[in-house]
Amino acid sequence: MKRRDFLKNTAVFVAGASVSVSALDFITPKELFAANPQLKWGFLVDTHKCVGCGFCVKACKTENDIPYEANVTRTWVERYVIKKDGDVVMDCPKGARDGYTTKLLDQNHSGMLLVPEDEIAQAFFVPKLCNHCTTPACVQVCPVGATYQTADGVVLVDRSWCIGCGYCIMGCPYGVRFFHPVEHVADKCTFCYHRISKGGDTACAQACPFDARQIGNLKDPNDPVAQTVLSQRVGVLRDEYGTKPNVYYIGLNKEVR
Amino acid sequence: MKNHVWRPLFVVIAIAIGILLFRAFYVPSDFGSQEQGYTFGYHRLSNEQEWKDYPEKYKGNDYCNECHDDKIEELESAHHGTIPCENCHGAAFDHPDDPEKLTIDRSRELCIRCHAKLTMPSSDRNDIPGIDPAKHNQGEECSECHNPHNPSLEDM
Repeated sequence: MKRRDFLKNTAVFVAGASVSVSALDFITPKELFAANPQLKWGFLVDTHKCVGCGFCVKACKTENDIPYEANVTRTWVERYVIKKDGDVVMDCPKGARDGYTTKLLDQNHSGMLLVPEDEIAQAFFVPKLCNHCTTPACVQVCPVGATYQTADGVVLVDRSWCIGCGYCIMGCPYGVRFFHPVEHVADKCTFCYHRISKGGDTACAQACPFDARQIGNLKDPNDPVAQTVLSQRVGVLRDEYGTKPNVYYIGLNKEVR
Repeated sequence: MKNHVWRPLFVVIAIAIGILLFRAFYVPSDFGSQEQGYTFGYHRLSNEQEWKDYPEKYKGNDYCNECHDDKIEELESAHHGTIPCENCHGAAFDHPDDPEKLTIDRSRELCIRCHAKLTMPSSDRNDIPGIDPAKHNQGEECSECHNPHNPSLEDM
């Protein structure tokens, strides 16, 4: 083969290959969007309103049969205390299942810590749950197709198909997944799929006396959650991971991890 | 064709057919790339319905209101009207059939979830009346003095 022919053939092959790849890319996102343009679940947390009572955690555990005494939970509430010298102290005993009832901060093996009142600059609670990301890292790493995203944006685990390898538990940047001690599979928040699909509220949002937690349809411009997300200053956790979370926070500090 | 090259090839083909046959029977027919594509939507479609059929335990205030409308009315005017019934009375499950009676949580531990005094300057927790559980009538149930449905101190 002459050099000229070789270069010509190579150019034709590369051009042909790149066309077919870009054609595939062009079709897929359109199909994705056409699947269900009317419904995409989103969640809104107002950190000002949260008082750290932990009723959400208790309700979630009861509603979803998460063993009550085991140290695993689908949702939890963190307490942040930011001192005037800039130090950040944080605790989350038992995922706040029993609420915050003492000024002492649980520092695990370092014992209990009391931050004197006059040293506190800011102190607040941050409820956490699965972010039901638009591009979930946990789903991508599943080797058997046991965890997936539904057309309305909820990330679920197929308990009959999960092999319990734990890749997704390691893959989630938010640490919301855990190994279910009874079912022996990976487990996570489902946005109470059984409740929201019937028009109800999630168990955690229903249990909250202060409306600190709300679930809504991000595709509906008249939905209160969608309106807040569109019109107010909201933040998401760990934006830099590119997972595009669907849990939005009002009053999020940079100290919150 | 009895050839030492062909025989292992037939074994490999037989194993491959065996695996494909097993897969055809073992993998459910609705398993595959669904609406979200291969990367995020590769799953068994009927599992979505299985999650939708998960039993509800918390039924909400409207469910309580069907029979206990008198209590709901009393509560609505009071400060504690924002607290859902099931937070203290327990999840309804299939009440009144099963369980016939709900177990009410009257413990101090329940009340101090909100009413233990903490220093939380950037949270609404600071606006809730609080006590020091170690000093405030230790060992007694809150409901001995305070009416949980109308905790107003004037009406005590």
